[in-house]
Amino acid sequence: MQDQPLHEPQFALHVEDLTVTYGAQPALWDIDLDIPPGVMAAVVGPNGSGKSTLLKSVLGLLRPVAGHVRLFGRPSGAMRARVGYVPQRTAVDWDFPTTVLDVVMMGLYGRIGWLRRPGAAHRAQAMAALAELGMQDYADRQISQLSGGQQQRVFIARALVQEADLYLLDEPLAAVDAMTERVIMDLLKRLRDQGRTIVVVHHDLTTVQRYFDWMVMMNVRIIGQGPVAEVFTAENLRAAYGGQLALIEGGAVTPAPARTEPPP
Amino acid sequence: MNPLELLFQPGIVQTVVLGSALLGSLAGALGAFAVLRQQSLLGDALSHATLPGVCLGFLVAGTRDLGAILLGAFLAGALAALSVMLITRATRLKTDAALGIVLSVFFAVGVVLLTLAQGRPGAAQAGLSTFLFGQAAAILRADLWIMGGVAALASGTLAALWKEVKLVTFDPDYARALGLPVLAIEATITLLIALAIVVGLQLAGVILMVALLIAPAAAARQWVQSLGAMVWLSAAFGAAAGVTGALISASARGLATGPVVVLVASAVVLVSLVAAPGRGLVWRWLREARARRAIAGRRVLAAFQGIAEAHGDRTYPTEEGMVETLIGRPAPGVMDRLERDGFIRRVDHPPETTRHWELTEKGHARADRERGDRKP
Repeated sequence: MQDQPLHEPQFALHVEDLTVTYGAQPALWDIDLDIPPGVMAAVVGPNGSGKSTLLKSVLGLLRPVAGHVRLFGRPSGAMRARVGYVPQRTAVDWDFPTTVLDVVMMGLYGRIGWLRRPGAAHRAQAMAALAELGMQDYADRQISQLSGGQQQRVFIARALVQEADLYLLDEPLAAVDAMTERVIMDLLKRLRDQGRTIVVVHHDLTTVQRYFDWMVMMNVRIIGQGPVAEVFTAENLRAAYGGQLALIEGGAVTPAPARTEPPP
Repeated sequence: MNPLELLFQPGIVQTVVLGSALLGSLAGALGAFAVLRQQSLLGDALSHATLPGVCLGFLVAGTRDLGAILLGAFLAGALAALSVMLITRATRLKTDAALGIVLSVFFAVGVVLLTLAQGRPGAAQAGLSTFLFGQAAAILRADLWIMGGVAALASGTLAALWKEVKLVTFDPDYARALGLPVLAIEATITLLIALAIVVGLQLAGVILMVALLIAPAAAARQWVQSLGAMVWLSAAFGAAAGVTGALISASARGLATGPVVVLVASAVVLVSLVAAPGRGLVWRWLREARARRAIAGRRVLAAFQGIAEAHGDRTYPTEEGMVETLIGRPAPGVMDRLERDGFIRRVDHPPETTRHWELTEKGHARADRERGDRKP
C-alpha cells in the first residue's frame, strides 16, 4: 500500500465516482468530493440523503459499487491510525457493563496492539481527553448512567485520544443541550486550529454559517461543496431539500419538522 | 447400574462435580458475550441443531466414543450457524425466522436419526438419550480431559484477545474503523460458544443447553460494573448451577440433569432480577417510593406556605383539616416525617383541640427552593 503512488495528496479527503447501494436503491450516486486539510466542514442534506453512508464508505465500513476514496492521498485502509470516527451515539447499547474511562481507552486499542493491555500512560491519555470535554469527574461512572449529551462527549473523547489528522463525526450535535453543543464545538475549533480536518454530519441549518468554514450539501448526489458562503445559497438548499424547506429571507432557514432518520 | 451406587463409589462424585463445574463455568463465561451481543437465540438454535451430529457421530463410531460424538455435534452446529447466515443473506427472512427454521429442521432430523440409532446394538450403553436432557452421572473420567481442553482454549483465547473482544462486542463499527479484523473476532466468539454448547450437551442436553449459556449471564449482568466481573460472575453462577443440578440429578434415579440445572439457574436469575443492588426490582420500588414520599412532602409544604402567605403571617398556625381540604389527606407518615425533619412544628391553638402546625424557617426555605425549581 505504501508503495502505491499518492493520488490527490493535497486533499485530506478525496472521493471520486463513489456509488453505494442498499438493495436496488442508490444511497450515494456518483459522488465526487474534495475536502482540503485544516477546514471544519459540515455535511448537510435531508434525511436519507446518504450522509452517514458517505462517512461509512470513507471509513471503509461499506463496500462501494463503484469509485474510490483517498485520505491524504492513500486508501483508507492504510490510514486507519490518522482517522478518528465518532459514530451516532445510538449505534451502541449504553447498558454495556463498563466505565467512561474504559470506553475512552478503546480509542487507543488500535495503537496498543495485539496481546497488550492498556497501561498507566494510556489511562493518563484518556483522562486528558475527558478533561478536554469537561468529563474528567465522570471517569469511573457506569456508561449506563450518562445523559445523552454526556454519552456524546464520551464518544468524542474516544476519538480524541486517537490524535488523528482527520475526524469524521456523525451528528455529534443531535439532541444535545446548548452547554454540550458549546463544549463540543469549542473543542472541534481547537482541533481545526491545530491544523486537523474536521468533517461533521450536521442537521441544524441555522448554525451552519456560525460553526463551519467549509460545507458539502448533498442529497444522494453532491449538490454543492466549498466555502460555506459559496455553497449555502437558497438555490442549493432548494435543490437539496426541495419542498421540505420554508425559506426565510436571505438564507436563514428552518428545515421541515421531520427529524428522525432510519439507521442505514 | 443404580446411579445411587455409582454416586457413592469413590471417584464418581468427584468426576460429576468436576465435569459440571467445568461445563457450567465455560458456558457461563461465553454466555456473557452471547447475551451482550444479543445473540441468545443463536445459542438455542445451535444446541438443538447438534442432535443430528450426536447421532451420526455414534452411528459412524459404532460405540459411545465421546470424541466422535462431539465432533459430529460440532460439525452439525457449525452447519446450522452457516445455514442461518446464508438464509438471512440470500432471502428476505429476518434472523429470528431463520433461527426458527434451522432449529426445527435440524432437531427433527436429529430425532429421526435418534430413533434409528437406538435400534442399533450398544445404543443403550451409549446412553444417546442422555444427550436430549443431559445426564451428569454419565460423564466419564476420560471426558474431563476434553472438557478441560475446551475450557483452556476458551479462557486462553479470551485472555489473549480480551480488549479486542470487548470492543467488538460493544461497538463493532468503531472496531472496524480502527482496523480490527471484526469478522474474524466475531467468528472466533461464535466458534467458542459452539464449542461450549457441544461439550455442555452431556450436562444439560440439547433442549435446555441454552439455559446454561444465557441464565448465568443474565443474572450476572445485574450485579456487576465491568465486563471482566460479568464474565467471572457468570462463570461462577454457571458452575454453581451445573454442580447443584448434577448432584441433585445424580442422587435420584432417572432424574435428567438438564431440567434440574435450568431450575437452579432460573432461581439465580429470579433472585438477581429482584434483589440486585441498583438494578433489581426491589431497588427500583424503593427509589420510586422515596420519590413519591418526597413529592407528597413538597405538596404539603407548599400548601402550608400558601396558607401562611394568605394570612400574611410566616408562623400562621394552620389546622391540619385546611391542608387536607386543599390537597387531600397526606399519605400516612408524611406529616410525621416532615415534623421529624424540622420543616413543620406542632403548635397549640386554643380553644381548638385539633392538630395545628406552623411552617418552620427551614420549612419556608425548602418550600421557596421547590418553588424556584419550578420556575422556567
